[in-house]
Amino acid sequence: MTIIEEHPANPAAGDADRPIGYGRLQRKEDPRFVRGKGNYVDDIVLPGMLHGAILRAPVAHARLVSIDTSKALAHPGVKAVITGQDLLGLKLAWAPTLSADVQAVLVTDKVRFQGQEVAFVVADDRYSARDALELIEVDYDVLPPVVDVRKALDPGAPVIRDEIEGRTDNHIFDWEAGDKAECDAVFASADVVVSQEMVYPRVHPAPMETCGAVADYEPIDGTLTLYETSQAPHAHRTLFAIVAGIPEHKIRIVSPDIGGGFGNKVGIYPGYILAVVGSIVTGKPVKWMEDRSENLMSTSFARDYIMQGEIAATKDGKILALRTNVLADHGAFNATAQPTKYPAGFFHIFTGSYDLQAAHCKVTGVYTNKAPGGVAYACSFRVTEAVYLVERMVDILARKLEMDPAELRLKNLIKPEQFPYKNKTGWEYDSGDYATALRKSMDMAGYDELRREQKEKRARGELMGIGISFFTETVGAGPRKHMDIVGLGMNDGAELRVHPTGKAVVRISVQSQGQGHETTFAQIVAEELGIPPEDIDVVHGDTDQTPFGLGTYGSRSTPVSGAAVALVARKVREKAKFIAAAMLETRPEDLEWEKGRWFVKGDPSAGKTIAEISMGAHGTVALPEGIDGNLDAEVTYDPPNLTFPFGAYICVVDVDPGTGHVKVRRFIAVDDCGTRINPMIIEGQVHGGLTDGVGMALMQFIEFDAEGNNLGGTFMDYLIPTALEVPNWETGFTVTPSPHHPIGAKGIGESATVGSPPAIVNAVVDALAPFGIQHMDMPCTPARVWAAMQGRPRPPI
Amino acid sequence: MQIPAPFDYARATTVNDALALLERHPDSRVVAGGHSLLPMMKLRLARPEWLIDINDLYELDFILREGDYLRVGAMTRHTTLLESPEIARLFPIITDAERVIADPIVRNRGTIGGSLCQADPAEDLSTCCVVLRAEAVIRGPGGERTVSMSEFHRGPYETAVAQNEILVEVRFPILPRSGSAYEKVERRVGDWAVVAAGAAVSLAEDGTIDDVAIGLTAAGIDRTITEAEAVLHGKKPTEGLFIEAGRIAAAASDPIADQRGPVDYKRHLADELTRRVLRHACARALEVRHTTTQEG
Repeated sequence: MTIIEEHPANPAAGDADRPIGYGRLQRKEDPRFVRGKGNYVDDIVLPGMLHGAILRAPVAHARLVSIDTSKALAHPGVKAVITGQDLLGLKLAWAPTLSADVQAVLVTDKVRFQGQEVAFVVADDRYSARDALELIEVDYDVLPPVVDVRKALDPGAPVIRDEIEGRTDNHIFDWEAGDKAECDAVFASADVVVSQEMVYPRVHPAPMETCGAVADYEPIDGTLTLYETSQAPHAHRTLFAIVAGIPEHKIRIVSPDIGGGFGNKVGIYPGYILAVVGSIVTGKPVKWMEDRSENLMSTSFARDYIMQGEIAATKDGKILALRTNVLADHGAFNATAQPTKYPAGFFHIFTGSYDLQAAHCKVTGVYTNKAPGGVAYACSFRVTEAVYLVERMVDILARKLEMDPAELRLKNLIKPEQFPYKNKTGWEYDSGDYATALRKSMDMAGYDELRREQKEKRARGELMGIGISFFTETVGAGPRKHMDIVGLGMNDGAELRVHPTGKAVVRISVQSQGQGHETTFAQIVAEELGIPPEDIDVVHGDTDQTPFGLGTYGSRSTPVSGAAVALVARKVREKAKFIAAAMLETRPEDLEWEKGRWFVKGDPSAGKTIAEISMGAHGTVALPEGIDGNLDAEVTYDPPNLTFPFGAYICVVDVDPGTGHVKVRRFIAVDDCGTRINPMIIEGQVHGGLTDGVGMALMQFIEFDAEGNNLGGTFMDYLIPTALEVPNWETGFTVTPSPHHPIGAKGIGESATVGSPPAIVNAVVDALAPFGIQHMDMPCTPARVWAAMQGRPRPPI
Repeated sequence: MQIPAPFDYARATTVNDALALLERHPDSRVVAGGHSLLPMMKLRLARPEWLIDINDLYELDFILREGDYLRVGAMTRHTTLLESPEIARLFPIITDAERVIADPIVRNRGTIGGSLCQADPAEDLSTCCVVLRAEAVIRGPGGERTVSMSEFHRGPYETAVAQNEILVEVRFPILPRSGSAYEKVERRVGDWAVVAAGAAVSLAEDGTIDDVAIGLTAAGIDRTITEAEAVLHGKKPTEGLFIEAGRIAAAASDPIADQRGPVDYKRHLADELTRRVLRHACARALEVRHTTTQEG
């Protein structure tokens, strides 16, 4: 079932019509942020706290000959200098990654990427720490680097991971999904086959707050309190217990206010471990906060996929099959964050939103002398790459068939009655009404009128492009039988306590980096219990205060923890029913629920509100057998399946024929994330993601020179779009609830980041149609667009 | 947080005080808006021992018309230039450029003097000053001297201002029936120019081009492109002449390949943007001429 709703007139509820439950509600967390009273990791100051700084490698590949730290140690402010040799003694030189590899905490043998951690200085203040880095003398024996991923598997290529016994090449994995023989057979008999190589370049999540930590090791009772920029505090606690050998019950991880994550803060970086080591060594709290260049050069990048795509269809436009070979650049250590079973993440959702007869993908991961990572940057584990591939291929096919790209999509989208839909690579899509969403976006855009305008402009030599993207995401990882990260099942918990006066606190295992958890999760409880959201506090980010769970990334907070919160509230509601029955001197089965109270069937005046029931529960009411004296509950949620948000995006661009400059004139985004909890927060998420998409499509990528030097180490080189590069976003929505989710919600956090880049690139390529090109690689900078107009689309890598 | 190397700091109260501080501290840099120098210090690419802060030198914050000159104080902020109706009327090239210099936050602090003295090859006001045939007034221990922009520029990040001197003023000659324009291609607002072009023309009473200056930003040439100007002198402006001038300007340019684009693209922009700014500058000059005639 799909409901199409229009925007309510009231953009943000005022005091009078504030929703008790779902609806537009200003964010509860914002007063502290807009008043500058947020509490970020760098705001934390502990008594006697020292400061750490990391010496980083200036070259991409080099044998470490020697390190002399004596001058740095002589600096009056310096308390300790830690090197890889020191860590070897502590068995901490190497740490496990999230992908069953290891990563050097500090270099012991060889530098493997520019910016890699070489030594750690602990000093009285951050100025002394930074100054002392210049006093450390390091001798490197520079080696030839592997920069071009296409040459990483060449025989004779330098072996990056030669510390692993028996390793003679840079190959990490080959991974396949779909039936190759079946797919090849469909291709062999298809009327039309088109192919295209495309590059999704290396980009960076670049959160506004860089990564950092404050470690406070208390030697007497052996406890470690670690404040860190983490999207997954509970998983980090378990990993620290394993890596550092500190018993898990002695570790407390606090992830306070976090200034954006986008996947950048999922993994454990050497800096976090070094802050802990620094605190153990000095006996004092140690703060480490990276600067912008360190963040851009050393922390998890995203994408970096070279994809060879092929699409097969009948001559009248029925898409039959899709196949692709991918070369994935994982950098120097395989530190990609993803569920264990899926080394290429969820890339096998590349069949997109179409009903295909066959599909096959093969992904080959390789090492290069670049920073490790490969995180899901605002996407659920490589869905972004998958959507980009299929949406570009469909557009290329439309060009080949001389069909309108909207018409081709409408002809091939999975139909509402086909859900739950099993695709050819093993996914079961939960629900969708794709054509309705696409038609709605076309109506909002005035699609036919735009095509007419384009035709007129083309006749005058003006370059206008219209790009469509239709995406399906797979988010909310995930069912524990299939999905774990380093052995931890991808489930999440919630605990709810209703205090005697009817105010409540809900503790969740996921952690907000700006998504608005403190509002959204309060609204879920409010919807279930009928108490106002402002009477519900949401506690998150502190392992001592919250139940176990895997954290916030891959749009999983609402699909997983949101479900846990709804279920825990329902548990409380059921318990309240028994207590209300005791209070009303009736049987529980004779009670009926309306939002906020249980009442006697047929006698609405005889009822008890949640507040009354809670006072009863904590008071002197004679409780029924088996009911204890509180109104609390807890739940751990194991999702039965992932959720599949989708959307239809249309982008209109104007390209300056003289300069190649692209102006995004309009962008229409129709999203379906199932049940909408707070439409205002949803729109905010969509606006942010679309802006991200403009960045990737038009201006961003991390470039390296032939020596492996990172050329994108500042915001003057790695460009973040501003309000001036983006249009006034036109958002719309349909609502197709997830049938397996307790409240039907699917997640929205990353839809726009996933869906917008192909819409923009499709629009640019459409604008350039008069030049006869079928593809150009991102980012569509003025220089690249101009080159494409000369018939020279240059791949970035 | 990016942390500069240790440095000392002094805040000058007058121009003479600043000159004395510069004399006393040979390894020092003057800081005005600081939006170029401070990032370079944070990246430890610049490491002066002393910073001489001249933000209190309000005596250098002025825009004054004096005879056939417009005098602009070195501490005039970008925002002031952008918002000045007099600048917009007399030298619209500066208004054009200021619209695309960095972003409002930088423009609120950055100054014309700081921009010129930083002498970044991709800096916009340098090109504007070159094509407007401005003069720089430099004050040092021995008093003031005035130099032309071609003398002022000594190459990337180098100017005629000695370590113990300060740029105090820029003087723009006001010509009758003149127009000017600037256009820049950038990857994103706030980015340095991929390439930009500026042009200024003044027309004779008969509508022929009396004087013309063409300049390019971030294209490896910091002089006016006299060989392109030559094809326009004494002629009535036409599209054909603009095309010819663009072609010559592109040939004279000497850009380098970088992340903003390859050499062939930048040469193409030199051509394209030269044509555009000439077209625009001439249209503006004709408008001024027309208005003057009507008023007359």
